[in-house]
Amino acid sequence: MSPAYFDHNATTPLDERVLAAMLPYFREHYGNPSSRHAFGREARRAVDAAREQVAHAIGAYPTQVSFVSGGTEGNNLLIRGAAARLKPGQIAVSAVEHPCVTKPAQELLEQGWRLRKLTVDRTGRLDMADLDDALREPTRLVSVMLANNETGVVQDVAAVAEKARGAGALVHTDAVQALGKMAVGFADLNVHAMTLSAHKVYGPKGIGALVLDKRLDIKPQITGGGHERGLRAGTENVAAIVGFGAACELAARRLEEFAAQARPMRERLDQGLRELGATVFGDGARRLPNTSYFAVPGIDGETLVMALDRAGFAVASGAACSSGAAEASPVLLAMGVERELARGAVRVSLGWSNGMGQVEQFLLALRNEILKLKKMAAVAA
Amino acid sequence: MVKTPIYLDYSATTPVDPRVAEQMIPYLTEKFGNPASRSHEFGWDAEKAVEEAREQVAALVNADPKEIVWTSGATESNNLAIKGAAHFYQGKGKHIVTVMTEHKAVLDTVRHLESEGFEATYLKPEPNGLVDIDQFTAALRPDTIVVSVMLVNNEIGVVQDIAAMGEICRARGIIFHVDAAQATGKVAIDLSKLKVDLMSFSAHKTYGPKGIGALYVRRKPRVRLEAQMHGGGHERGMRSGTLATHQIVGMGEAFRIAREEMAAENEHVRALRDRLYAGLSQIEEVHVNGDMENRVPHNLNISFSFVEGESLIMAIRDLAVSSGSACTSASLEPSYVLRALGRSDELAHSSIRFTIGRFTTEAEIDYAIDLVKAKIGRLRELSPLWDMFKEGIDLSTVKWAAH
Amino acid sequence: MSYSTKVLDHYENPRNVGTFGSEDEGVATGMVGAPACGDVMKLQIKVNKDGVIEDAKFKTYGCGSAIASSSLVTEWVKGKTLDEALSIKNTQIAEELALPPVKIHCSVLAEDAIKAAVADYKAKHGAMVETAACKG
Repeated sequence: MSPAYFDHNATTPLDERVLAAMLPYFREHYGNPSSRHAFGREARRAVDAAREQVAHAIGAYPTQVSFVSGGTEGNNLLIRGAAARLKPGQIAVSAVEHPCVTKPAQELLEQGWRLRKLTVDRTGRLDMADLDDALREPTRLVSVMLANNETGVVQDVAAVAEKARGAGALVHTDAVQALGKMAVGFADLNVHAMTLSAHKVYGPKGIGALVLDKRLDIKPQITGGGHERGLRAGTENVAAIVGFGAACELAARRLEEFAAQARPMRERLDQGLRELGATVFGDGARRLPNTSYFAVPGIDGETLVMALDRAGFAVASGAACSSGAAEASPVLLAMGVERELARGAVRVSLGWSNGMGQVEQFLLALRNEILKLKKMAAVAA
Repeated sequence: MVKTPIYLDYSATTPVDPRVAEQMIPYLTEKFGNPASRSHEFGWDAEKAVEEAREQVAALVNADPKEIVWTSGATESNNLAIKGAAHFYQGKGKHIVTVMTEHKAVLDTVRHLESEGFEATYLKPEPNGLVDIDQFTAALRPDTIVVSVMLVNNEIGVVQDIAAMGEICRARGIIFHVDAAQATGKVAIDLSKLKVDLMSFSAHKTYGPKGIGALYVRRKPRVRLEAQMHGGGHERGMRSGTLATHQIVGMGEAFRIAREEMAAENEHVRALRDRLYAGLSQIEEVHVNGDMENRVPHNLNISFSFVEGESLIMAIRDLAVSSGSACTSASLEPSYVLRALGRSDELAHSSIRFTIGRFTTEAEIDYAIDLVKAKIGRLRELSPLWDMFKEGIDLSTVKWAAH
Repeated sequence: MSYSTKVLDHYENPRNVGTFGSEDEGVATGMVGAPACGDVMKLQIKVNKDGVIEDAKFKTYGCGSAIASSSLVTEWVKGKTLDEALSIKNTQIAEELALPPVKIHCSVLAEDAIKAAVADYKAKHGAMVETAACKG
């Protein structure tokens, strides 16, 4: 039996319609969009059409969308590129950002910037009073993610943007995890910049976008050839861009349906988890409808995840990128979760292929594994 | 009858080989895991595929798989190599040497470093496109930290003597970067022998997918880089970002095929290129750009006197070819590569790059020859310059009205 | 680069390509542009005794829009007096051929070619032109 995939926040399978859209661009319409001949023009048309699809899905203009190799590059480009055009000052990022925001922000310290990490409460919500406090200092750049990859907790980015703009700062939001799981509006959120990724929304890996207010001046980080209106050089990844466009269109169209399918499963999951004595992180905060992040006191997360894998459930312990390291999740520590409990963190992230039956089976399997692990712990003690 | 337009622009990009596409598709569909997911089979399968592809890429250039870092393409590789090395070694000096005919990804990156306070020397190649080794040596200074020279030029296809340059750089402790985006599958590369420290690769010039490339980073002697993209610490911290498994698998398969079939394929494309050259040489007043000896076998770059470049491209639009490099052909600037060889603006404007590939046929070449012959004839019929040339007027002595 | 159907038509079927024989009466030549700029236009007009352009020929080294502009001009000047020919403006040429902004210089060059050809004629036949003009 193939395992149940419960790790959609790490990556998603490609939608077959997305695959169908992409395939012609490997073998038939393989031109380089920079070429002026028919092959090149065909590829350029495809890139332009996909740019419209992406823009449309988030209520932006196509000219605001620049393709990059993924969320990591998008976040790096924004932080490094915007900072390069500003006088060093304060940059404020939430304490639960992905490392691809935090690390480039930390790097700015070498160039005379000050980094302010905005605190979150126990449920993972940004502490607005701390934001107000931070903005008392002249702040040039604020970056707060729309939805957290681990907890699924959704931030009130529109409110953050209003405060930050009021203080004269530029505002960026990493919307990689939010896209396709909740309504994402570039204009509605009133941010200057937003990062998106395709492979979290049933599109291909290796492609993402940085959406920018055109008034924003960004220094390119990859130069040579003037692609993407000079913002990002390199031959366009046409097939992936086409796939990203198709995935965005599908995601926008099926947004409500997604929530309607995922939410009851997640609610059942949370209920079952609580019954098993687990702590559900972000409980009480607004969360993505597909994410449940929990820990069972006294049980190590890595061990539980491995046991669940053997039982046929693919789940994650902490974020995929850092799950090689057996350290407690910085996100949970920032939320004030005790290190011991944080080390038990397991993330279930649901997707289109999951059904309520799998959730029930998962809860049964989890109960068994918890019992086994507790018994072993008792023997060891 | 051949199907038009005929694709003769394999140096701009190549179609994905059917065998490559076949390997890629499972990693888009059922084997979709994130290679960084360490807690389940989906992730392990993806990671295994990534590491197999790394071996395939390393095998083509006789490197250790641990020396291969995935990137989004050669442009990113060039940026990472040059900026990464310059930033890391800037304590030793701030001088960089490169060549005027490098790809924009190298030139723009070096310019960027100049704006940060680095100094750069841009070597002018000989009229045949090759860099003179004595001139190269003379450009190196005690404070030179990075040298970047492309193995194969994208426009004129000439092959630089990177073996000699590598020896010179190594003896002086200078980091030597080579852009090999146009070389894989065309020129044998043996990094166990070449004294190259960093080498950039692209998949889509070698029948792999777009959006994926690699940077070779030598381990012995160890070369250090400052990462240009930070995040989850992928690729041993040198390049963060979720790995695009299907693209990596595609690049691996493309490079496996390149390694196994390079000899036979080079024979195929060389025969077609020579046939094209022989055919076009029958036209009066044509000039080959770049050395014909030290050149990849699939490239022919030729200038046609007394016809204007844009009308030429329009006349032969049944052929998908480049005038100047693909990246700059959207503008009307004459090719900076040809200008660096000392070609006049007119000849640079009327140059056509034909690049032949795996799927090119003899019938297509013959069609191309006939078409170019006919169209050059027609455009020269229209050209007042051709009349003057035929009347024996030396155009360089004509005083043209200001325009 | 996409061309208008009119540009394509003139490019594919250029009108009045050629050169008049050196022995032909009343021929004047205007050559404008430079190879380094990417266009050279040679416009020849054949003017009859009444000062009317009865025939015109061209040769052009240049892009499709340059070829089309000069081809169009040979059609337009035919049957016109020299002064009427001089009244042809580049904007009319650009409009007729739907030239994109980056190609407006081609129409300017075509207008210059007319002026140069007329100037050449006047230089060679100055007196005759004046007489003809007075009669008119």
